[in-house]
Amino acid sequence: MIYLELFWSFLKVGLFSIGGGYAALPLIQKQIVESHNWLTATEFADVITMSQLTPGPIGVNAATFVGTRIAGVGGAIIATIGFILPSCVIVIILAYLYNKYKNLKIVSGILNGLRPAVIALIAAAGLDILIGTVFNDLSINLNNINFISIGLFSASLFILRKFKPNPIYVMVGIGIVGGTIYLLI
Amino acid sequence: MESNKHIYLKLFTSTFLISAFTFGGGYVIVPLLKKKFVNDFKWIDEKEMLDMVAIAQSSPGVIAVNTSIIIGYKISGFVGALFTIFGTILPPLIIMSIVSLFYIAFKENIVVNAIMKAMRAGVAAVIVDVTITMIKGVTKDKSIASIIIMILAFIAAFFLNIDVMLIILFSGIIGGILLYHNIYKKGKQF
Repeated sequence: MIYLELFWSFLKVGLFSIGGGYAALPLIQKQIVESHNWLTATEFADVITMSQLTPGPIGVNAATFVGTRIAGVGGAIIATIGFILPSCVIVIILAYLYNKYKNLKIVSGILNGLRPAVIALIAAAGLDILIGTVFNDLSINLNNINFISIGLFSASLFILRKFKPNPIYVMVGIGIVGGTIYLLI
Repeated sequence: MESNKHIYLKLFTSTFLISAFTFGGGYVIVPLLKKKFVNDFKWIDEKEMLDMVAIAQSSPGVIAVNTSIIIGYKISGFVGALFTIFGTILPPLIIMSIVSLFYIAFKENIVVNAIMKAMRAGVAAVIVDVTITMIKGVTKDKSIASIIIMILAFIAAFFLNIDVMLIILFSGIIGGILLYHNIYKKGKQF
């Protein structure tokens, strides 16, 4: 039963996440944290961290990780298959049409409307995660600001914007520097 | 022309290796796929590859997986696509299953815990960075419709907690209507 629920949840995520792995994050969050309570918000933030730190596409990483946490290796396989099934069908149909007609203006046109919405959704999910890091208890409470986290966030963002490195280096660097600070205090 | 078996093997090993050793997701994997299949194997030409990436990006799901599917399909049909799909998803399946099994033991370790806590700030920064770059992409085009859709979608998702899937469906419909309107207005063929 849990397999069926997991499959159905990720099928919906796969069908509606347009714009790559980051676009899948708000949908996974909605299904896993809010609708089913399979993971807590903090665990979900760890899922994203792990997905960034391991090789491979972030969306598949997240699906596998969540699947394993909920129902073991079988869960990982079910979640991943559910996640990629809609795109497999759609991409193969589009590839077939492309080979036949070499013209997909209609598709790209409709997606012009989708793209800004997807960006807004990623921004909203990012803001949720940001609030989770700035305040210690996941809710906006001025008595509970985590100043170290704000410092780490600002430093990371500055480096990412200024030098445009591969995010993985920033993550590892901030993990070492920030981890040391947290351990020392 | 190489034998089918040989092509399948090459499709699988190339996508497997790229997926297994590339950190950073689709935006890093896609250029590597392009290098392999366009520059090294010369199985696909440059312009076709760009069209294929556009299709992969505009389809739902993971861009890296979609790009692999379309490459496999282009080179040797449905079976080719199956080989590239498995090549792309097997490494994360194996690696993440192992990582996930150790996650609880990991989490109870003080050092790992401190590092993970610090990395959460890093993740927030990465997502904010990606978002800023994407918002700049939209505002650069100076399309008022896009900017309005973006603002409304943000309000709907963040403040009103409206279902993400509804927002996507609704903005897709608006996009379709706007497209139809533009084509009708300019009398362009599509």
